[in-house]
Formats: sequence, structure tokens, C-alpha cells
Amino acid sequence: MKLDLDISKIHKCRECANDIADQVMEHVQRVTTTTIERTVLRLLGVDGVNHAGVPLPNVVVDSVHRAGHLEDGIATYMARAVASTGLSPQQVAEKVACGELDLTLTASAPAGIGGCERSVLSSAVSASLDRILANVATRREYLSRLDPGTEPLIYVIVATGNIYEDVEQAQSAAKAGADIIAVIRSTAQSLLDYVPYGATTEGFGGTFATQENFRIMRRGLDSVSVETGRYIRLVNYCSGLCMPEIAAMGALERLDMMLNDSMYGILFRDINMKRTFADQHFSRMINAYAGITINTGEDNYLTTADAYDEAHTVLASQFINEALAHRSGLPDSQIGLGHAFEINPELKDGFLYEVAQAQLARDIFPDAPLKYMPPTKYMTGDIFRGYLLNGMFNLAGVMTGQSIQLLGMLTEAIHTPHIHDRYLATKNAKHVFNNARHLGDDILYTRGGIIQTRAEQVLDDTARMLQHVRDRGLMNAMGEGIFAGIARTPDGGRGLDGVAAKSADYWNPFEEAIASRLALAASNDPRRR
Amino acid sequence: MPQVDLKSVRPYGDTLDDGKVQLGFTLPIRYGPEAKEAARQLVMKMGFEGADVVSAHDLGGHFTYFVVYGKCVHSVDVTSLRVPKVEVEQMDFFKINDLVRDKLGRKITVVAACTGSDAHTVGIDAIINMKGYAGEYGLERYPWFRAHNLGAQVPNETLVAKAIDTDADAILVSQVVTQRNVHIANMTRLVDLLEAEGIRDDVILVAGGPRISHELALELGYDAGFGPGTLPSHVAAYIAQEMVRKEHRTSPDLGKER
Ligand code: B12
Repeated sequence: MKLDLDISKIHKCRECANDIADQVMEHVQRVTTTTIERTVLRLLGVDGVNHAGVPLPNVVVDSVHRAGHLEDGIATYMARAVASTGLSPQQVAEKVACGELDLTLTASAPAGIGGCERSVLSSAVSASLDRILANVATRREYLSRLDPGTEPLIYVIVATGNIYEDVEQAQSAAKAGADIIAVIRSTAQSLLDYVPYGATTEGFGGTFATQENFRIMRRGLDSVSVETGRYIRLVNYCSGLCMPEIAAMGALERLDMMLNDSMYGILFRDINMKRTFADQHFSRMINAYAGITINTGEDNYLTTADAYDEAHTVLASQFINEALAHRSGLPDSQIGLGHAFEINPELKDGFLYEVAQAQLARDIFPDAPLKYMPPTKYMTGDIFRGYLLNGMFNLAGVMTGQSIQLLGMLTEAIHTPHIHDRYLATKNAKHVFNNARHLGDDILYTRGGIIQTRAEQVLDDTARMLQHVRDRGLMNAMGEGIFAGIARTPDGGRGLDGVAAKSADYWNPFEEAIASRLALAASNDPRRR
Repeated sequence: MPQVDLKSVRPYGDTLDDGKVQLGFTLPIRYGPEAKEAARQLVMKMGFEGADVVSAHDLGGHFTYFVVYGKCVHSVDVTSLRVPKVEVEQMDFFKINDLVRDKLGRKITVVAACTGSDAHTVGIDAIINMKGYAGEYGLERYPWFRAHNLGAQVPNETLVAKAIDTDADAILVSQVVTQRNVHIANMTRLVDLLEAEGIRDDVILVAGGPRISHELALELGYDAGFGPGTLPSHVAAYIAQEMVRKEHRTSPDLGKER
């Protein structure tokens, strides 16, 4: 620990965050959602679309949800259908889609025979989970055979809208030195209550996240990994109304990281919080199981709130994200907590405050692969000034031992990155990282100096905020606009109609299996603590 | 400093009329002498003389990035330019409120939103919200304005309904995402809706955003457009003055009853 912080204050913050997370978990354990159930179907191998282009997982789940039966879990219905027809889950879904089968007609079947029906899905469940484990093994194998990269890892974004064009740009970026490629999603995909299907070549400000697109990009990155001798990691967005479905797709196609925040959708997309809290939990369980590193989105708060005044909200959110992630089985090494270099560049000593915040995160979360976000808000059309700000950001990153450095683009205020913007950004980062590689090791922060004092102040403010949130409960506190200056209510926002209370007979075979494989069950059930 | 001929202005490097310009771009071809020559010839075709490729980088096989200098041979007659600008006399918070009170005698109602799939609220909030922007209060703080900020991702239909509901004097639209011209389609659709409802002429229609110019806004059938760096007072002054102008155009008894 470089900042000589008061350990007891950090403990206090963690305690609060744990209590906050436990309160949230009480809600989470009680409900399921349409997208969680669609995820179950996807993991059972249900894929494809009907004649109108609606994904089969939606068709099937909607048919049961409309009849008001989601409470038992879609697997219950699927198991009955498979048991009585002898078809595979995919064939059952196809029959439902063309109206030949109505899963709800089995709704009134007597309970109690569930046990033996459930077993008809066990081979499909383990096939899926084994495929994910095989991906984990493949990743491990790549990482041992190829250069895994040196932190801070260089992370860049591609966003052409066309997956084939994205592959070109990603390969070019990888050759220039990028370690991690994120494919930004098309504008507003997060509000779609389904996952688009197939390869796509049209998108707005990004490319649709589809399983086929994941596969195409993975193939492209594997080939450039072998060519460059460095394992190039792939990232997408596990957020919005389909969080767990995208987690499943990513797990099946060996993505390495996922943007997967517990509150981002609530705050920035106005998605209902009861929905999101449930969705984030299951999606994070899948990510945990698949060895996928999550990236949290605290950086976003600083786009609507001031980075200097609201610095403590970032730290408070990191504590909450960490506590919730632990409850989904994610180890520290897979929790890429986010923060950002977004202080107004005109502020005197602004760089010192940035270093204080970045070092604070490093000291408090020593094993987390911290994700550091670049200046965006104060970027203007002046690309030369932007290049300098990005250089300062890179210096703060290497100096404070950040793990994942999302590179700033000099054209940030103008358009999604052009191919040479990415190239110039990578050169900037490599230059700064190389030149200042061990600067952090040589630095001691003066007690009572600007950086150390600032870090203490942010920690104090954070402790106060977390106590308040614990007293109010996270869901109520979010109504006060505590994060990003944005207020949300428990019943507001999109997607609440897709939340259903679980019945006593609720069954989700993947949640069960993953929880037991991650040894989660006991710690997750609030009654057993 | 020698006299600049405003009828024939060209770029200035370190001598008047040297025409020096620096360009950066990528060609989708392999790095090498041919790539450099291709870049040089291309720059000559753009209307530059003495193109000089000062730097070329391999972007990973199929692409090469160049920095090229050239001397621009073209010039511009600045005296003949006509740039559409928002016609407004700059005023501060107090003057604007006084103007509305004295010349209009009633509050001005505005509805604002970031429309379509666009989720960027910071720009419209800067203009509307209490807190304001860059040290200025937003329209919600103006005693002689009644401002409704509907937030982001607002369907055009909702915005129009709200405008009708509140009998709005002005509609303020923010568009930040411009990729593939989504903003054009979205902004045009709003005008169509207002026309269909027969209220286009009853409202002052204002657009804003980092890539929005007054010229573009006019082209799309808006009354005004505001770009980067806009302050709440710019918008408030424009709306207030436009309202006063409007009231004077229509005879007093045809004015809206409140
Ligand atoms: C903050 C931010 C976000 C935040 C938004 C948070 C929020 N609640 O607003 C988050 C992280 C959510 C976000 C998401 C995305 N973003 Co964004 N974002 C930005 C960023 C960094 C800053 C924008 C900002 O806040 N500027 C500050 C405000 C004050 O400035 P302003 O908007 O220009 O507003 C001023 C004037 O334009 C004017 N004005 C604006 N509106 C109006 C309206 C009226 C009526 C008037 C009079 C004046 C006016 O007055 C304001 C004050 O002066 C910009 C990059 C940049 N530096 O500009 C990218 C940027 C705008 N985003 C971009 C993109 C592509 C996206 C995403 C699509 C990415 C993705 N694929 O997911 C998503 C879009 C989600 C969606 N559905 O819209 C692109 C847009 C590219 C383009 N030209 O189309 C940019 C330029 C980044 C980039 N280079 O790629 N983003």
C-alpha cells in the first residue's frame, strides 16, 4: 500500500458494502426474469429465429410468461416437453415457434414428478457447461503458450458497425500492440429485449452483439494471436435488457472480458433496478464460471457528475460492485473495477488528484484487474490537445499500476475511432509505458502532501456515503440520485414487466450447477448466514 | 504583418500565403515506397503543390498511415461569404427575464429532450437544468421560463405530445449521436410529426448538439441550431427575442391566450 491509508476505514467500507449487497441479494433470490429464462434456453442449445425473425428463446419464454407461468422457471416446462415428446430442447422450441406445441398446456401437470423429468435435461446441461470449461482450458493454453501481455494491458475499441470491417481493424490494432479488443455495441442495443441473430454489417456507433459476430471476431483474433505471438483478448458488453444471455453467448464463444456492471443499465439506460439486479447476478455467475473478467462502469458517473466533487461515488460504487461480484462467485482476479481520468484539465494540480484516485483504487483493491478509462468528457475537436491529455492519462496509468488501460482517442469528441486514431493511441501508450515503466516503484507519496491528503479525503467521503446507502438500502438510495446525479426508483424504468417472483418449484438447472461448481450456494442464501 | 487580401485567403504556415497544410490519413495499401508515392500523388490531386510525405507507418499489413505536407493553391474570398447565424442579441440572465416580463408579460414554456435512441443527456441538461453549465444557470432557473426536460431516449411522439399538453412555445431537441446520419432521419421525423399535428408554426423549433450547426438546422426545417459551447443564456435570449418578434408579427388579439 503506497498511500498509507487507515486500514480500519477500508474495513468499515467493505463491511457496509457487504451489508448493502446482502440486502440486494434478498431481492435477487426471490425473482427471475425473462432474460434469465432465455439464458437457460440458450445454454440448453436453443438458438435461431422464427419466421418473423424473433429469436426462439424469446418465442418460447414469451409463450410461458404470457400465460403467467414464468415462476416455475422455463426449464420446468422444457423438461416436461422433452420428457413427453422425446425431442431435443431445440426441436421443442421449433415446434413451439410454429404453433405445434404449447408448453403451458403441461402447466397443470402434477408436481412431484419433477425430479425424474428434470433428469432428461442433465446431458444438455452438462454438455453446455463442459463446452464452457473447454473454453477456459483453451484460453489457459493460449495464455501459457503465447505472450499474455504486460500490465497495463492496452485496450482499444472497434465500432464500425460491420463485423467483417471490425475484424480488419481489430487485427490492425493487435499488430500495432493492442492486447485487448472491445467491440462496441450498436446504439440502443441495450434496450432491445432480445439478442439479434446472425452476422451483422449494419450498426450505429457500434456493431450488434450476436453470437455469430462473437464467433467471427474470436476467429479473427485467434489468428492474429498466433501471428503476433501474443494472446489478444476479446471484450463485449454484458449489459442492458439481455445481460445474462450475452454472458452465455460470451462464455460459449470464449470471450475474455465483459463490461458487466451491477448498476450501469439502471443509471444510464433507465432499465428497471429489480430487473437489473437479478440479471447482473446470473450474468456474473456465468462470467465467473467461464473465467471471464468483468469490467465495471464507474467511469460513466464522471460523464454526468464532476470527477473532482464526486470522486467518492466512484470508490463507493467499486466497493458495492466488488461485494455483489463476490456473491456471484467472481474472484478478485476477475473483478475489473472501473474508474477514469476525467477531472477538468483546467484544474490546477488536476494530475495529482488523478494520481490520488488511481493509486487509491490500486491500494484498496490490490488483486483486482483495475480498468482505467481515459479522458472523454473534456476532449474537444482539438486532436493535438487530446493527444497530450491521453499522454498524461497513460502516465498516471503506468505509474499507479493499473491493469487494463482503455486508450483514449485523440478524436474522441468527433467520431468513433478511425484506424489511425487507434494506431496513434497505441504508440502514445507504448511510449509512455516504456519510458516510465518503473516510475511507480521509485515514488513515495509525501504524508500530508496533496496526493495523500486527497486520497484520505475521498476515502472518508466514501465511508460516509456507504453508511448512508446501507441505512437507506441501495434501491431507495438510488432514488436520491447518489450516483452520477441520476435518480431512479425501484419500479421505474424499462423491463419490470419481465420480472416474476419465483415459486417454490422454481428450477434453473444452470444456476444450480454453476453455484455448486463455484461452491456458492451456502454463502448466497441469506437465511443460512 | 503584411496586408491580408481578404478576397484571396490561403493557409498560413510561417509566411503569408505560403499555403502550408498538414494532413494525416490512411490508405488501405501495404507500407512501402509505392504507398508513399500513392499518398503523395493523392495529395497533389487534392489541390496541393509540393506534396511531401514526411512520415509513413505500417498499420499492420494492409494499411499505411501518412503525415503529408502540401501547399494549398486554392484561396477563398472571405468578403463574399454568407454564413447563416442565429439572429440574436446576447443578453444575460437578468436582461432576458426582464425582456420576457416587459414585452411578453407571461412565462415562456419550453419542452426539451434528447430524442430517438440517443442517450446523451449532458448537453440538454446543461441548457435546461437548474444547475446549468459553465457557471451559468439553466432555463429551469429562469423565473420567466417554464422548462420541461424529458431527458434522453425520448420518442419524437412523446415529445410532441408533451408540447401539445403543455401548450409549449418552444421545442428543444438535442442530438449527439450522428453516426450514419441517424440524427438527420430523427430530426426530420420530428418536423413531419409537428406538421401532421398542424402545430409546426405555433412553436419555435430549436436543435442542438456537438455536430449541429445553424445551417443544418435550417435545412431540416428548424428555426435555429446551436453547436458546441452553447450557453443557456444564448438559447434563452434567442427564444425570448424570437417570441417577442412573433408577438409583434401577429396582432395582439390573435396572440395566444394564457
Ligand atoms: C458522456 C458521453 C457518453 C455517456 C453519456 C452519459 C449521459 N447521460 O449523457 C455514455 C457513456 C452513456 C455514452 C454512451 C454512448 N456514446 Co457517448 N459520449 C460521451 C462524450 C464522452 C461526452 C458527451 C458530453 O457529455 N459532452 C458534454 C456536453 C456538455 O457537450 P454537448 O453534448 O456537445 O452539449 C453542448 C452543445 O452541443 C449544446 N447542445 C447539446 N444539445 C443541445 C440541445 C439544444 C436544444 C441546444 C440549444 C444546445 C445543445 O449545448 C451543450 C452545452 O454547450 C462524447 C465524446 C465527447 N467528448 O464529446 C461521446 C460521444 C458523443 N458518444 C458517442 C457514442 C458513439 C456513444 C455510444 C453510441 C457508444 C455505444 N456504441 O454504446 C453510446 C450511445 C448510447 C446512446 N443510446 O446514445 C460518440 C458519438 C459519435 C457520433 N458522432 O455519432 C462520441 C462522440 C464518442 C466517440 N468519439 O465515439 N456516451
